[in-house]
Amino acid sequence: MTSTTCREAMREAIREAMLADDRVFLMGEDVGAYGGCFAVSKGLLDEFGPDRIRDTPLSESAFVGAGIGAAIAGLRPIVEIMTVNFSLLALDQILNNAATLRHMSGGQVGVPLVIRMTTGGGRQLAAQHSHSLEGWYGHIPGITVLVPATVDDFRGMLAPALADPDPVLIFEHALLYNAEGELSAGSIPPIDRAVVRRSGRDVTIVTYGGSLAKCLVAADQLAGRGIDAEVIDLRSLRPLDDATLLDSVARTHRAVVVDEGWRSGSISAEVSARITEHAFFDLDAPVLRVCCAEVPLPYAKHLEDAALPSVERVVAAVDEVVNVRA
Amino acid sequence: MTTVASPVPATLAPSDVELLRRMLLVRRFEERCAELYSASRIRGFLHLYIGEEAVAVGVGAALEDGDNVVATYREHGHALVRGVPAGAVMAEMFGKVEGCSRGRGGSMHLFSVDHRFYGGHGIVAGGLPVALGLALADRMRGVPRVTACFFGEGAVAEGEFHETMNLAALWTVPMLFCCENNLYAMGTALARSESDTDLTVKAASYGMPAWSVDGMDVIAVREATRRAALQARAGGGPVFLELRTYRFRAHSMYDPELYRSKDEVAVWRERDPIDAIARRLTGAALLDADALEALDAAAMEEVDAAVAFADAGTDEPLSDLTRHVYADRRGERGPEEERT
Ligand SMILES: Cc1ncc(C[n+]2csc(CCOP(=O)(O)OP(=O)(O)O)c2C)c(N)n1
Repeated sequence: MTSTTCREAMREAIREAMLADDRVFLMGEDVGAYGGCFAVSKGLLDEFGPDRIRDTPLSESAFVGAGIGAAIAGLRPIVEIMTVNFSLLALDQILNNAATLRHMSGGQVGVPLVIRMTTGGGRQLAAQHSHSLEGWYGHIPGITVLVPATVDDFRGMLAPALADPDPVLIFEHALLYNAEGELSAGSIPPIDRAVVRRSGRDVTIVTYGGSLAKCLVAADQLAGRGIDAEVIDLRSLRPLDDATLLDSVARTHRAVVVDEGWRSGSISAEVSARITEHAFFDLDAPVLRVCCAEVPLPYAKHLEDAALPSVERVVAAVDEVVNVRA
Repeated sequence: MTTVASPVPATLAPSDVELLRRMLLVRRFEERCAELYSASRIRGFLHLYIGEEAVAVGVGAALEDGDNVVATYREHGHALVRGVPAGAVMAEMFGKVEGCSRGRGGSMHLFSVDHRFYGGHGIVAGGLPVALGLALADRMRGVPRVTACFFGEGAVAEGEFHETMNLAALWTVPMLFCCENNLYAMGTALARSESDTDLTVKAASYGMPAWSVDGMDVIAVREATRRAALQARAGGGPVFLELRTYRFRAHSMYDPELYRSKDEVAVWRERDPIDAIARRLTGAALLDADALEALDAAAMEEVDAAVAFADAGTDEPLSDLTRHVYADRRGERGPEEERT
């Protein structure tokens, strides 16, 4: 086992993909000379040169679209967008083209494109650099939405994403880049499967990405009080792995969904709806959600902390569902 | 400014009759589309290209089979010129599975990868970045292929146009920006949307050669495109072609044309590009009245056959509704995997 960070894990994944397949190239703002705005691609320009570590101007729509065209033409581009907020400038290309062309062309035009971007709050970057919009993207048929939370998934999700014949979006929570972990030997579970990160009998906590660590801490605290929480890492928001969720809820009879996105019309709402649709009679308590407060994320630390899901809020939600007497 | 008038050869060749044949086919095809729309056989949006045929035919004649084409929602002509069978185009508009996009696209979204025809884009300027990427792939692999991207002058106001122009020039990709300037974006005249109506200056500001061409003259369009393609193919980077043309019909089937006068339309109709090339061919003794009539009859026949083909088309079974959202995958989840 080797210790690494999520940043290094993703960099290694990119390196490996570029070495394995000369159709693969990385393109985005400051991925080359600058080394990547989160230093993910640091050093890759020297190794692979400016053609394949391709710096782009501030033209999100054009370079995402160029990635789509190059993918259609048979290359395997990895497009990096600095943060999810900036991806909105490329939403036309992502939704109207990448997600749509295969269907609209009757199956002729596939877009094997990978788009990586940073997501999430917690860095006091305020309301234009902190949001978690991956749930929105999960709304769109035609794409796959991955949300790695561990070094293994940062290391292992890129290769299957590149092998996918359709567009795959990878959302990397910025606070995870420095997170360290041991890389396991062997391959990761299929990318469309949720994974039980901690087994438990009393309640199912469903989460992903940047919230996983908080949920695991909460589960430890709860264990100290005799509450045995199961923690599920969704890993993919589209497709959603209903089977793993429902199997867990059938055993625990209680569920709390934890998501950094806003609550209304969100991925947490979707998860909750699926549980009530398919496991209503397994439930002993209403499904609760711990989400971002419904504000654009504020700058001040105490306000930002209060807005985001926290260990305390997760613990409180679990206490609430556990205290419902069946 | 880099505007250069394109040279027009003084003499026509016998093979130029083919240009007329193609323009007639596009014209007759679309006239039939309008009828079929009134008869409710074609639905959705239908944008006719009538009056602009010299552009698609002229550009198309200068391209090679291996080149790529990306077009807009006003693309019946471009698809036909590219060689997409008229029957497959008509069947698409009938919503039949035999359509070139299996009935998933309709009039606005014709695709045929076999003909390197990559749509059929309904978002104004949305096809430009995709065309850039197609061209970038060829640039990176050293393939001597050109990507021709058609768009209306209305797209020039979009950010995607400017982003793509800049990147195409910066990366010297083999791309032709074919701007079909028909003077109106729906009802918005160019002068009401652009602070500077000389479109070639915009290209010049990206360091890209830009030529204004009489888009009612199929020979001029072909010659300008040939030169542009030669340059792009040789690694000289993109070229911007302003093809000055005019749409004789309404923007779509729901347009009472309040924004322009009948007189203006009548003046442009006198410059009908089909009449123009027919006259020149006749003047050069390459065409006579009988030959013209025969060409027209052949075009009508092809259109009749296309309608018959579409009429005989089948509806895709509803069980296939969610197909083609993702690639059909063999294996555990079956071919009609639905990812939800
Ligand atoms: C992004 C976007 N905005 C608005 C529309 C609605 N719309 C469809 S066609 C059109 C006019 C476009 O004019 P132009 O680009 O000059 O092409 P033309 O229709 O004249 O061929 C508009 C506004 C659209 N399809 N896409």
